[in-house]
Amino acid sequence: MSDRIIAEINEIKEKIDITHLVCPMTFVKAKATIEELELGEILEIRLNDGEPVQNVPRSLKEDGQKVLKLKDNLDGTYTLYVRKDSE
Amino acid sequence: MAVDYKALKSGGFMRQVQKDHFSMRLKVVGGNLTTEQFDVISAVAKQYGHGYIHLTSRQGIEIPFIRLQDIEEVKKALEDGGVFSGICGPRVRTVTACQGDRICPSGCIDTYDLAQDISARYFGRELPHKFKFGVTGCMNNCLKAEENDLGIKGGLEVSVNHDDCIRCGVCVKVCRENAVSIQDDEVTVDYDKCNYCGRCVKSCPTDAFIGESVYILYFGGTFGNMIAQGVEILRPVKDKETVFKAADAALSFYDRYGKPSERFRKSIEREGIEKFREYIIEKVSPSLSENMGGNE
Ligand code: SF4
Ligand code: SF4
Ligand code: SF4
Repeated sequence: MSDRIIAEINEIKEKIDITHLVCPMTFVKAKATIEELELGEILEIRLNDGEPVQNVPRSLKEDGQKVLKLKDNLDGTYTLYVRKDSE
Repeated sequence: MAVDYKALKSGGFMRQVQKDHFSMRLKVVGGNLTTEQFDVISAVAKQYGHGYIHLTSRQGIEIPFIRLQDIEEVKKALEDGGVFSGICGPRVRTVTACQGDRICPSGCIDTYDLAQDISARYFGRELPHKFKFGVTGCMNNCLKAEENDLGIKGGLEVSVNHDDCIRCGVCVKVCRENAVSIQDDEVTVDYDKCNYCGRCVKSCPTDAFIGESVYILYFGGTFGNMIAQGVEILRPVKDKETVFKAADAALSFYDRYGKPSERFRKSIEREGIEKFREYIIEKVSPSLSENMGGNE
């Protein structure tokens, strides 16, 4: 991973935990939070293994946002870092 | 009045339990109708039927309770509004399709375009028995490709452009076949496990994962009196021309070897799947026959 992305991930603007939500609220919550950010700001999302981790990164991509990294927390959850690239 | 039920039936008029009433089957391709067509169908159902329509299991529409004496009038009213009769009997039936990549984010092929082409080429063609085509856009298989006499499923043949990869790890996670791993900081695909689902391509944030559309063909599916899954006897093909060649070959095999009123699956089984496979491969791609083997 490039240094630029690591540097970006160090400047997280907002964190949310969507491990208590199921589809479609997982994506809805992520989308609503991103809407509050400025372009270029980074959101950290904690999400569950299974459907959420398989679908949320892709839905964000389809919405025009930039997924930077997916981290396995090794406890059945993942942390996803997303940069707001589109209004 | 001398009534030719057979002629009626090929025109899509299904005899009802109620004497001299018919359920009129309409032509639908790929499950789409325009709102103008719906308006005409609705008006006809109101005026000539019982004010309702029936949706068939294969994306068809029927207008029940059309009376024998109204048939010509009904046909004309529908045709004036751009709606045509469907068919029944020993022919190529309604070509079904899911919404595919024009609408569905999971789609790997343009199912509607393909369904229209298939319908234009084969709809209504007479064969030993009915013959169903269905087109589904991806591995999710919403349209159940394998239950058709010839089912087509879209896929993506994937590869990685390493320069664009940011090692985010999303592709490793989204691949349900465990075909993707990151080894020595480089994304690697195990093609023996890959099933062409395209989830890696759809999810990759930098479009480092790229995919080329492929068509996976299943022959001899049936889900009525006899239940059998269509079988994949060729590697996925990359262009529509080859899909048509394979379909031409399948229909010509059926014409040549099928007994009257025998479903395609039965003909294949009676003649032997190996013979069928060789027949198709020879017609599709004689020069490639050495490396066109399927997974079966
Ligand atoms: S089969 Fe795939 S492309 Fe077609 S509707 Fe289902 S998910 Fe979408
Ligand atoms: S999803 Fe794309 S960018 Fe991320 S690791 Fe896989 S190939 Fe690389
Ligand atoms: S196409 Fe599907 S099965 Fe193949 S590598 Fe990508 S996600 Fe895995």
